[in-house]
Amino acid sequence: MDEFRVIEVKQNVMASNDAEADELRAALAHEGTTLVNLMSSPGSGKTTTLGRTIGALAREMSIAVMEADIDSDVDARTIAATGADAIQLHTGGMCHLDADMCRQGLDELADQLTHSGKDPHRDLVFLENVGNLVCPAEFDTGATANVAILSVPEGDDKPLKYPLMFEVCDLVLVNKMDVAPYFDFDLARFEDNVRSRNPKATVIPICAKTGEGMDAWYDWLRSLVRG
Amino acid sequence: MHELGIVFHVIDDIETLGRENDLSRVSSVTLELGEVSGVVPSLLQDAWRWAADRSDLLRGSELVCESTPAVTLCDACGRTYGTVEHGRTCPYCGSGDTHLLYGRDMTIKQIEAC
Ligand SMILES: Nc1nc2c(ncn2[C@@H]2O[C@H](COP(=O)(O)OP(=O)(O)O)[C@@H](O)[C@H]2O)c(=O)[nH]1
Ligand SMILES: [Mg+2]
Ligand SMILES: [Zn+2]
Repeated sequence: MDEFRVIEVKQNVMASNDAEADELRAALAHEGTTLVNLMSSPGSGKTTTLGRTIGALAREMSIAVMEADIDSDVDARTIAATGADAIQLHTGGMCHLDADMCRQGLDELADQLTHSGKDPHRDLVFLENVGNLVCPAEFDTGATANVAILSVPEGDDKPLKYPLMFEVCDLVLVNKMDVAPYFDFDLARFEDNVRSRNPKATVIPICAKTGEGMDAWYDWLRSLVRG
Repeated sequence: MHELGIVFHVIDDIETLGRENDLSRVSSVTLELGEVSGVVPSLLQDAWRWAADRSDLLRGSELVCESTPAVTLCDACGRTYGTVEHGRTCPYCGSGDTHLLYGRDMTIKQIEAC
């Protein structure tokens, strides 16, 4: 009978994911690929925003989308209908993606592009993360930038309730500005709430439905892709 | 919510450790969870039972969770205080210009193995 003994480990649970994420980020920078991790609650407008963004930028740069929001291919088909290359990632019901799952998704995407006779290189890849304001923020995916979408009906207090999401993002898109007159959403108060958690974050109000305000977002993406 | 993802990372780390140290069985794993890590220990236990029993190294092993305090630093007066009791407002000077020093961390403290 073997003796069980105590072994001190003292290892941060996120350390291995963080290391994998940094590795992926460096590899992407080397390949000249910008990866944007898009996070929001379900229904905030991730897919709608992506569809319109692809329409606006597809002539300037090569774009692809990795869909992780729920294990059905509804969103991937919506994106494919815009003419962009999209793959559905299978998260197995997980509430988030980690760096390793993201890297596997990128490999799968490159395989699929090669298979269909296309150039596997993409200037810009979007990851539509699982619709959830809590869990995706916990895991560094290795993305070049993190973007959160908050839609007007969700309320301007969300940065106070879900601080981590707003701390990890570089940019916040405030979507569904067209319905602002029907909600007591205060954009200035929202910006204050974001800045109190994250002074560096940029806030851009948009309407993905009509395209209003989206030029500032496209410019932000352009300068990110240019590096 | 993301407890299963955390458990997978813990199991990966311990399996690596097991290979490096020629371990055959692990009977317990002790995690230190920061008070504001947002992890729910009972969900972590459920996820652990499900996932650990699928690993040869960790089958039947117990997960022990220990809580570690969260501490916030006030940038205005330089003092530190308990985050859970006082939140974002400094109890000494009333400033909201504060930031979390620690309390979000999750650490694998130790394992019992042979
Ligand atoms: N009124 C309004 N509705 C929007 C806007 N953007 C998206 N929607 C609607 O919100 C719903 C959810 O959008 P979707 O893009 O699927 O959200 P996702 O779950 O984050 O991908 C759909 O019915 C969209 O048509 C907007 O700017 N204004
Ligand atoms: Mg979607
Ligand atoms: Zn103070």
